[in-house]
Amino acid sequence: MKLAFQMAYKNLIGAGLRTWLNVGVLAFAFWVILFYNGLLDGWNQQARRASIAWEYGAGQAWHKDYDPLDPFTIQDGHGIWKEAPSDAVPVLIRSAVLYPQGRMIPVSLAGIVQSQKILALPTATFLKNQTEIPAIIGRRMAENAKLRAGDQVLLRWRDQYGTFDAANITITGVFKTDVPTVDQGKIWIPIEQLWKMTGLKDHATYYVLQHAESPKTATEWKYMAQEKLLADLDEIIKSKKAGSAIMYLLLLAIALLALFDTQVLSVFRRQREIGTYIALGMTRWQVVGLFTVEGSMYSLFAMVVGGVLGFPIFVFLAKQGIAFPASSQDFGIAMADRVFPVFGPSLIAFTIALIVISATIVSFLPVRRIARMNPVDALKGKIT
Amino acid sequence: MRIFFGTLLVCWLTAGTPGQPNDPITILQKVDANLTSRTRIMESNMIIYGRRGNRTITSKVYAEGNQKAFTEYLAPEREKGIKMLKLGNMLWIYSPETDRTLQLSGHLLRQSVMGSDLSYEDMMEDRRLTDVYSAKSIRKETLMGRSCVLLELSAKVNDVNYAKQKIWVDEERFVPLKQELFAKSGQLLKVITLSEVKKVGSRWFPHKMNYKDALKNGVGTDFVILKIQFDVPIPTGIFSKAVLRK
Repeated sequence: MKLAFQMAYKNLIGAGLRTWLNVGVLAFAFWVILFYNGLLDGWNQQARRASIAWEYGAGQAWHKDYDPLDPFTIQDGHGIWKEAPSDAVPVLIRSAVLYPQGRMIPVSLAGIVQSQKILALPTATFLKNQTEIPAIIGRRMAENAKLRAGDQVLLRWRDQYGTFDAANITITGVFKTDVPTVDQGKIWIPIEQLWKMTGLKDHATYYVLQHAESPKTATEWKYMAQEKLLADLDEIIKSKKAGSAIMYLLLLAIALLALFDTQVLSVFRRQREIGTYIALGMTRWQVVGLFTVEGSMYSLFAMVVGGVLGFPIFVFLAKQGIAFPASSQDFGIAMADRVFPVFGPSLIAFTIALIVISATIVSFLPVRRIARMNPVDALKGKIT
Repeated sequence: MRIFFGTLLVCWLTAGTPGQPNDPITILQKVDANLTSRTRIMESNMIIYGRRGNRTITSKVYAEGNQKAFTEYLAPEREKGIKMLKLGNMLWIYSPETDRTLQLSGHLLRQSVMGSDLSYEDMMEDRRLTDVYSAKSIRKETLMGRSCVLLELSAKVNDVNYAKQKIWVDEERFVPLKQELFAKSGQLLKVITLSEVKKVGSRWFPHKMNYKDALKNGVGTDFVILKIQFDVPIPTGIFSKAVLRK
């Protein structure tokens, strides 16, 4: 086998430009696969961290009638949970309408405990201005409603019986988050204030939990583990990966086609060499092995070249991140304005294995015909 | 002592007692008598004023008391064939485009009707004023050249959309000419202006109404009655879900 590697190495170096073209195409496929997957892994990790910090905590307990994907459940999906863990943070959500500059914007009015520490929401800024209804909003909401910290704006809501009420709220802070579900169309106010405004004292739509273990939930409340809450995000990333796989597998297929052609040509042009190997005592399958190693060595070369040239680029990208346009953060999925790709060992190992194994298989397929060659005809250079 | 009894007499004469013509409750009962009926068949135009132009939607309504109502949209082409059925506090909408019937409940009822300043809930809210509000007479005013009594209404039940209302009632015809609807906090939310009051049978009825969201820019939504009949027989079977798909 050592001899096969030595001969393969010499043959490849001797082939010159043909070798480097094959290596170049394979190295490019290696970069693309690594880049796409690294970007998606980076996005996933950032989005998971942000979602836990801003929205999910260690898990949540939802009122049995509440479904965040169905806004019509907001009206009735709330209740009192007497056995709620003392460190859990209650959040009450009601529908409301905001009237900035004579425009009408339907919003979700979310009440949260001012002193909470589980979520990254800057609820301490409720105390910044001594106003009756202090509110904090996200950057996207502020841009949409054209509001800034210190602005007063009229809000209309309904009490527990459905009677309209309206008052001015004061924006005491605008926060920046990568999680659009706590930002877009949402206004955060102290929960005590919301209880007073709606008459729903001690009611909550859901609780954000401090600890990961499932609390003793009453029949009215359902426990949502952190992983369950993040499952949607994982699904999105998985589908994105599947989508991008089509593109890079196509690129890899082109590279492998070039390798296949090279192998076909090698067998055709080097028949006398094959006959000589067999005449010198090598078995046909040893010659097949030699040519297969030669083909798979393209991929090893590609890994070395790709690694040497790609390493500084990937390190730079992992440190600097890749900026995404603001519009891409408005799709309702947690996404930072700068995504830092993550090139983990498992991703690198997977990519190397994918390319080397596929290159080896593709190298083997055309050289199988060597096993059927007549050595005398091969020595004479006759195609059989 | 004479001054005390004199003041008492004046107060008694001016305050109005139930059953007296100037008593706010009596006025409200007369308003209810004008505006409500056993059955009603009405054809109307709803004119929605938007930034990109105006839309006029023509509809025909069959109503029985305040529990049953059937509406069919007649024009424009885009809305033609849409039907709405209200039975009690349930509302169904049929769309010919999708050939589906959708039941509206909860939050959906608070959505705007065809982009107007009216919500489905506003359209469904037709309880008698005397059932949900207590009234207080404020003063007399002239509005649209008519002598009106300004009443202040305060909700006496919990499940009412507007906690307070100000209503200008034509003293002679007992038809409201203007309504201001307020939030619990006292914030003005909606203004309804009623005009073109015409006699239909024995009652006076406004044939044009403008609904204006007081918090929003714009001129609101006009509701113009083209034809109205009171206490006439309603075709049988019209208040059933089966009619929606016919």
